[in-house]
Amino acid sequence: MSTTVVNTGTEGKTWGGGNQPLKASYGKMMMWFFIVSDALTFSGFLAAYGFSRFKFIESWPIADEVFTHVPFLHGQELPMIYVAFMTFVLIMSSVTMVLAVDAGHKMQKTKVTWYMFLTIIGGLIFVGSQAWEWATFIKGDYGAIQTKGGNILQFVDTEGKRVALGDFVVAGHRDRTAHERKNGLWFVDEGTLPTYTMDEVMHGLESHENVLVRTQMINEHGEKTVLSRAESLKQVKENGIAVVEGANLKVNEYGSPLFADFFFFITGFHGFHVFSGVVINIIIFFNVILGTYEKRRSYEMVEKVGLYWHFVDLVWVFVFTFFYLV
Amino acid sequence: MSTHADTHAHDDHGHHHKETFVTKYIFSQDHKMIAKQYLITGTIMGVIGVLMSLMFRMQIAWPEEPNVLFEALLGKWAPDGVMDADIYLALVTIHGTIMVFFVLTAGLSGTFSNLLIPLQIGARDMASGFLNMVSYWLFFLSSVVMVISLFVEAGPAAAGWTIYPPLSALPMAQGGSGMGMTLWLVSMAIFIASSLLGSLNYIVTVINLRTKGMSMTRLPLTIWAFFVTAIIGVVSFPVLLSAALLLIMDRSFGTSFFLSDIFIQGEVLHYQGGSPVLFEHLFWFLGHPEVYIVILPAMGLVSEIMASSSRKPIFGYRAMIMSILAIAFLSTIVWGHHMFISGMNPFLGSVFTFTTLLIAIPSAVKAFNWITTIWKGNLQMNPAMLFSIGFVSTFITGGLTGIILGDSALDINVHDTYFVVAHFHLVMGISALYGMFAGIYHWFPKMFGRMLNKNLGYIHFWVTAVCAYGVFFPMHFIGMAGLPRRYYTNSNFPLFDDLADVNVIITIFALVGGVFQLVYLYNFFSSIFFGKKTVQNPWRSTTLEWTAPIKHIHGNWEGEIPHVYRWSYDYNKPGHDVDFVPQNVPLKEGEEELHH
Repeated sequence: MSTTVVNTGTEGKTWGGGNQPLKASYGKMMMWFFIVSDALTFSGFLAAYGFSRFKFIESWPIADEVFTHVPFLHGQELPMIYVAFMTFVLIMSSVTMVLAVDAGHKMQKTKVTWYMFLTIIGGLIFVGSQAWEWATFIKGDYGAIQTKGGNILQFVDTEGKRVALGDFVVAGHRDRTAHERKNGLWFVDEGTLPTYTMDEVMHGLESHENVLVRTQMINEHGEKTVLSRAESLKQVKENGIAVVEGANLKVNEYGSPLFADFFFFITGFHGFHVFSGVVINIIIFFNVILGTYEKRRSYEMVEKVGLYWHFVDLVWVFVFTFFYLV
Repeated sequence: MSTHADTHAHDDHGHHHKETFVTKYIFSQDHKMIAKQYLITGTIMGVIGVLMSLMFRMQIAWPEEPNVLFEALLGKWAPDGVMDADIYLALVTIHGTIMVFFVLTAGLSGTFSNLLIPLQIGARDMASGFLNMVSYWLFFLSSVVMVISLFVEAGPAAAGWTIYPPLSALPMAQGGSGMGMTLWLVSMAIFIASSLLGSLNYIVTVINLRTKGMSMTRLPLTIWAFFVTAIIGVVSFPVLLSAALLLIMDRSFGTSFFLSDIFIQGEVLHYQGGSPVLFEHLFWFLGHPEVYIVILPAMGLVSEIMASSSRKPIFGYRAMIMSILAIAFLSTIVWGHHMFISGMNPFLGSVFTFTTLLIAIPSAVKAFNWITTIWKGNLQMNPAMLFSIGFVSTFITGGLTGIILGDSALDINVHDTYFVVAHFHLVMGISALYGMFAGIYHWFPKMFGRMLNKNLGYIHFWVTAVCAYGVFFPMHFIGMAGLPRRYYTNSNFPLFDDLADVNVIITIFALVGGVFQLVYLYNFFSSIFFGKKTVQNPWRSTTLEWTAPIKHIHGNWEGEIPHVYRWSYDYNKPGHDVDFVPQNVPLKEGEEELHH
C-alpha cells in the first residue's frame, strides 16, 4: 500500500497533511469504522435478546441444562465444556493472528504463512464445532410436551433427574399414509411427525409412578419448578397439545421459542462472520504465499484482516457471555 | 514539495488515465461525477415521491371522487378513477421512504459530500474511488428495487415508512405485506450497504486526506456537517439492519421476534412471545438519528452559503461545531419520543422527554448563529441565499412544535395527527429540501461549469416558500382538531366535516407548489447545457473548491494542491482590499489569523 506515513517536516501547530491525526492509513481506518458499524448491528441483536429474555425472566431456559454435550461422550452431562473449548480455540486463533501481524511487521514471510495457516485452522475448528452444536441442539435429547399456552413441560424422576420420553413412553404402531404425487397430497408442515403421540405420552406417564412434570417456571432456588404427581398428570392431560422433540425456529423442547430463535439467529450471524473471516483469511494466506505483500513491502493487509478477526472473536466473547454464562 | 496526499492520489489513480465513455460517465470513480450521478438519481426519485404526495393529497381533499390522473397513473388501483384505499396507504408509505432515504439522505448527502469533501479539504479524490463507485451503484440498485416494488401485483409495501409489525411481519396481513414488503426490505438492505460504504469513505477522507494547513478548526462547516453525518450513519444504520434482518426471519422463517399470539381470520398462528415494541425500539434507534442525517448536511450547506452571501464570517464558528457534535450525540439517546403511546414504560417516557428537550439547546445555538451571521451583513439575495433564509425560517417553525411533541404529556394529545405531519415536514422535510436547493443553486457552477438562471430561481423560491407554508401551516390546526394522519378518507367522521375545506386549501397549495417544481427542473436541465458560463469564483467565496479549474479534471488541481493558511470565513477582513480572502492566500506580514 502507498499509505505509509510521510513526514512532511512541518512543525508546531500547522497541519501537515497526510496520515497525521491517527497515524493510520485510510484502509485501516475504514476497517475500524466498519467494525464500529458491525458492532452496532450485533448490539442491536444482543439488545433485542436482552429485551426478550427479560420479558421471560421467570421462565427462560437454564443454559447449563441445555448445552451439556461433548462429541464422543454420549450420555454425559458436561455443561459448558465443549463451548469452553470452542471459545479457547477461537481465542487462540486470535493469538496466532497477532503473531502473524507481528511477523508481517518484521517482513518474515515464512512465519506469516504459518501463523495465517494456524489461524485458518482455528477458525475452521470453531465453525465446525458450531455446526455440531447446532445439530445437537436441533436434535434434542429428552423431548417435552407443549401446552395450549405455548409453554413447555419436561419430565424428571423423583430425584429431579431429567427423563427422556423414550425412557417411559412406548411408541405404538402407526400406519402413515404414503403421501405421494399420485394420490394428490403433498407435504406441507408434517414432514416429520414426532416419535410419540400425545396419547402414548399420557399412557406412559400414567404407568410410570416415578415420573414427574417439570415446568418452565424458575423457583426461588433458581431451579425449574417440579410438580407433584397429581399435578403432573393433570397438567399433561388438560393442557398438553403436542410432543416436541429438539428445537427449531417455531418450537423447542428447552422452553421459550424465543430462546431457540435468538440462539440460532445470533450464533448463526456470528458463525457467518467467522466463516467470512476464514474465507478472507484463506485469500490473504494465498496472497502471502504468492509474495504479493513481499512485493508491496508491507503486510498491512494482514493487519487489516487481523482487525476483523479480532473483532469477530470479541463479539463471540459477548455472545458466549450472554447465551452460555449468564 | 510533495505532500502525502499527492503521492497517494497518484499511486492510486495513475493507472486509469485513459477514459472511455463507460469509465467517465457510468462506472466513474471520480467524486465529482459520482456527485452528479447521486444528484440526478435523487432528483428522479424526488419527482416520483412528490408525484405520490400530490396524488394522495388529492384523495384527501376530494375523497373518493373520480380523477383522470389516478386512472392514468394508477391503472387497476383506481377503478373508474377512484383511488383504492390499499394504494393510498402504499403511496403514503413509499412517499415517506423515498423522500427520507432516497432523496434527503442519499440525494443530499451523496451529492454534496461527494462533491465538496475532496474539493474543500484539498484532496485529489475520495480515499477509495472504487468503494465510492460501488456505493453509488448500490444506491442505484436499491432505487431500482424500490421502484420495481411499485409494480407488484398485490401492491407495494403499505405499512407506513416505519414498517411496524405485524403489518410488515405477516405476509398475509395486507396486500402490500407480501412481495411488496419483501422488496422494500431488500431495497433497504442494499441501501444500508451503500450508505455504509459512502460514510466510511467520507469519514476517512476528512481525517486523512486534508491538504497541508487544513486543520480541523479551519474546515468549512459543510465538511464538519458531512463528517458528523457520516459518523451518525455508521452508528445508526446498522441497527436498522439488525431490525430488518430479524423482521425477515419473522416473515420468512417463522421466528417470533416481533410477533406474539396472533389470530388471522380465526386461525391461530404459531407465533408466541415476541414484541412489536422491540421492533419500534430498534427502528427508532435508527429512525431518530436519521432525521439528523437528513438535516445536518443541509445545516452545513446553509452555514456556508449564509457566510458567503452575507460577506461576513460565520458567527460562532466553534459554537457551530460544538452544536453539530452535541446534536449528533443527543440524536442517539432520544428515540423513545416516537413511542410515547406505544406501551413503553411511562418512566422511560419522561427520560426521553428530558433528553429530547436538551436538543433544543444546540438547535437554538445554530438558529441564533445564522441570524447573527446575516445581521448587518452585505446580503447578496441570490436564490441560494433565499433558500438558506427559508431553511432557517422553516427550521425554527418546525422546531418550535418539536418542543411540544418532545414532551410526552403534550405529545399524547396530538400523537399520530396532522400536527406531527406538519412538524416533521417543516423541520426536516422542507428544511432539508431548502438546504438541498440552496446547495444546488450555490454549487451548480462548480458541478456543471454554468450558472442556473437567477430569475427562474426567484420564481422557484417564492412560489415554493408560499406553498410550503400553505401546505404545512394549516396542518397544525387540523392536527390539533384531532385529524389522524394516514387515514384514507375522513368523510365517515362527522366530527371532521368542518376540516374538509382546510384539506382542499392544503391540496391546492400542494398542487401549485408541486407544479412549480417544473420551473426548477427546467432550469436545472436546460442550464446544464445552455446556462451562462461561470467565472472561476462566481460567489467570491473563500473555500478551496473555487480555486480548482472550472473544467473538471481528474485529481481536481493541475499541479500542486493549494496549501491552506487561514480559516474558511475571512470575509471583509480588516486590512484587505477585497472583501474576501481565500483560504490558500498566505497571511500577510503582521496579519493575525482570526480567533474563532
